[in-house]
Amino acid sequence: MNFPLLLIVIFVFSQAAYWLGYKKAFFSAGEKGPVHLHSRPQYYGTLTVLWCVIPPLFILVAWSVFSETVLTGLALKTMSEYTGNLSPDEISLLKSDLRNIVSGRFIPPAADAALLEAADHYRHMRDIGRQGLSALALASMILGTIIVLVRIRPGMRARNHVEKMISITLITCSTIAIFTTVGIVLSVLFESILFFQQVPVTEFLFGLKWSPQMAIRADQVAASGSFGAVPVFAGTVMISTIAMLVAAPLGLMSAIYLSDYADRKFRAAVKPLLEILAGVPTVVYGFFAALTVAPVIRQFGESLGLSVSSESALAAGLVMGIMIIPFVMSISDDVINAVPQALRDGSYALGATKSETIKKVIIPAALPGIVGGMLLAVSRAIGETMIVVMAAGLSANLTANPLQAVTTVTVQIVTLLVGDQEFDSPKTLAAFALGLLLFVVTLILNIIALYIVRKYREQYE
Amino acid sequence: MNKMVRMEDNPVSREDRRTVGKPFSGSPRMICRNVNVFYGDKQAIQEVSIDIGRNEVLAMIGPSGCGKSTFLRCLNRMNDTIDNCRVTGEIRLDDMDIYDRKVDVVPLRARIGMVFQKPNPFPKSIYDNVAYGPKIHGLASTRRELDEIVETSLTKAGLWDEVKERLAQPGTGLSGGQQQRLCIARAIAVSPEVILMDEPCSALDPIATATIEELINELRTQYTIVIVTHNMQQAARVSQRTAYFHLGDLIEVGSTKRIFTNPIHPLTEDYITGRFG
Ligand SMILES: Nc1ncnc2c1ncn2[C@@H]1O[C@H](COP(=O)(O)OP(=O)(O)O)[C@@H](O)[C@H]1O
Ligand SMILES: [Mg+2]
Repeated sequence: MNFPLLLIVIFVFSQAAYWLGYKKAFFSAGEKGPVHLHSRPQYYGTLTVLWCVIPPLFILVAWSVFSETVLTGLALKTMSEYTGNLSPDEISLLKSDLRNIVSGRFIPPAADAALLEAADHYRHMRDIGRQGLSALALASMILGTIIVLVRIRPGMRARNHVEKMISITLITCSTIAIFTTVGIVLSVLFESILFFQQVPVTEFLFGLKWSPQMAIRADQVAASGSFGAVPVFAGTVMISTIAMLVAAPLGLMSAIYLSDYADRKFRAAVKPLLEILAGVPTVVYGFFAALTVAPVIRQFGESLGLSVSSESALAAGLVMGIMIIPFVMSISDDVINAVPQALRDGSYALGATKSETIKKVIIPAALPGIVGGMLLAVSRAIGETMIVVMAAGLSANLTANPLQAVTTVTVQIVTLLVGDQEFDSPKTLAAFALGLLLFVVTLILNIIALYIVRKYREQYE
Repeated sequence: MNKMVRMEDNPVSREDRRTVGKPFSGSPRMICRNVNVFYGDKQAIQEVSIDIGRNEVLAMIGPSGCGKSTFLRCLNRMNDTIDNCRVTGEIRLDDMDIYDRKVDVVPLRARIGMVFQKPNPFPKSIYDNVAYGPKIHGLASTRRELDEIVETSLTKAGLWDEVKERLAQPGTGLSGGQQQRLCIARAIAVSPEVILMDEPCSALDPIATATIEELINELRTQYTIVIVTHNMQQAARVSQRTAYFHLGDLIEVGSTKRIFTNPIHPLTEDYITGRFG
């Protein structure tokens, strides 16, 4: 039986199982009627469905996860006289050849008879396995249903069982996200450890020179590469600072205008509009920065007699600032709106004007939340890549002059990983170390921000 | 509909919405004539005329939604902060028409203070809560003067002894009753002539309520007070005159004692004897 058909059978059967569970519960209540059941009959139906569906699905998932490894292992056993004296690398090559043959993608020209035979064996066992799988799944489905049906009696706590299973499902869903994050961190961490085996941590953290170009082949002439991350981080800090200098005041002011000055209709129209602005792809902002803002800054600088490089931190920072304005505004607006109306009334009743009320009551009350929002915005600015790639350049200058080109952590990660790479050279691994450091920095910022925001919420509950 | 004020004592029909009793006063501090309030198209107050006497406590009672808060908020133009609210008629504080275009609400609200139902101290220190009003109105030129204002206001509000050791701590950390007295101190600090209170005790426990009621009795010597309350015993304890509102109409005004012992209007009687609301 093929896979879709199996699923259809399970689905149809589960409908029947619901009906059976429902009826069984209904009749087990006898003359006293369904009111005397522990749970309503629907719950008995649902419980039956769950036990009818979960075991076969579990078996199917287990098969799709493990079958390939197991079958490959079994197939290779048939040619053990060859594999006995092969290195692990050669074995993994052999395995991928085998899989290619089995899937019919292509037959390696060097494939010998033993390998083809092993592939046949693989296919054979896979077919047997699939037959057995269908039988097993259907059997487990029927068995599960019968077990539940037999045990249904009026006192059975069906609702509690169902709710327990639902909560387990929900927990599983939420842990998937967590495990993914943990997985990402671990993979970055392991690669970084490899990097730090070749480049000392202190050089990476405190070195002032960043030039990761190094010889890939022994016969190439190239520098030995230096991996001081300070210039790269300095670039990130400078661009984020410029961005926040733009976004913080503009965002905050528009939030104040929207929450306390604008009339209702205007607010209802403008707020969603600004939130749409937050959905503009950053690469579009990148065009804008590189093709419009950077030349303007350059011309303006030259008219003042300054030398401005065509890719400047200023251009990237300004545009990035514009990009995060809606973000800052949206958070600040929420926070300012959360300041209770009673505080505004209290201030107005004392004869304070609107601006006095905003300056002396609302902003101080909302400040922790606003600061939290700003920190979240900073971590967005730090992580932003596209605008910087297009507008700020690639050269790792250690400079405090915003008119020069600088580079950022994210840009370096991109350039290190683009193109042909060797995955054990420090040049490539450096990307992971940068990523790890960036992750740690934004994580800390986010934790501080969330802590502040949460504390602020408690104040008004 | 221009309503007449009835004074004579012959029986009033239940359907009659004209004000009975004695709405006017010999030495009025505030004078309200033919006041109407609209929220958009909906009228919340109809043709209310009443005087608020000097150094008296006027209690406003009536079922929920009858417009007590709305009318109270007309008296210091707090309704200006509500977009769709419109007020017509005449309201005077002494000789000044407070809805005159020449009148600025900022000094007006300093002269007519307000205390709200739920204590709403600012999330600032106790000191700064009280000093807020004097600072924005420039009532103190030195730190010494400001200290003095804060101390006298807190003393008048009966809170000084409880908080003098912790003026720098946040006002939000006080108990509910203390917070409400802090709000009263905050209102007193700008030396108002009239204090409006909208159910000032409804969020407080009986002991804190008793303290506030005592305070209101003491404040009467210096201020004119208008208090909205749901609690009829409270109205009886703190006020000299009582006004009964019903669905936006001012039904009856008179001395508190008379209203509670011998109401003229059947609606007032229903409410006081608990048959209504
Ligand atoms: N901001 C407002 N917008 C529209 N209608 C309001 C507003 N405030 C109060 N109202 C209406 O005005 C009437 C009087 O309300 P209110 O003065 O709060 O009554 P009370 O304080 O006596 O309980 C009620 O019907 C209420 O629904
Ligand atoms: Mg009210």
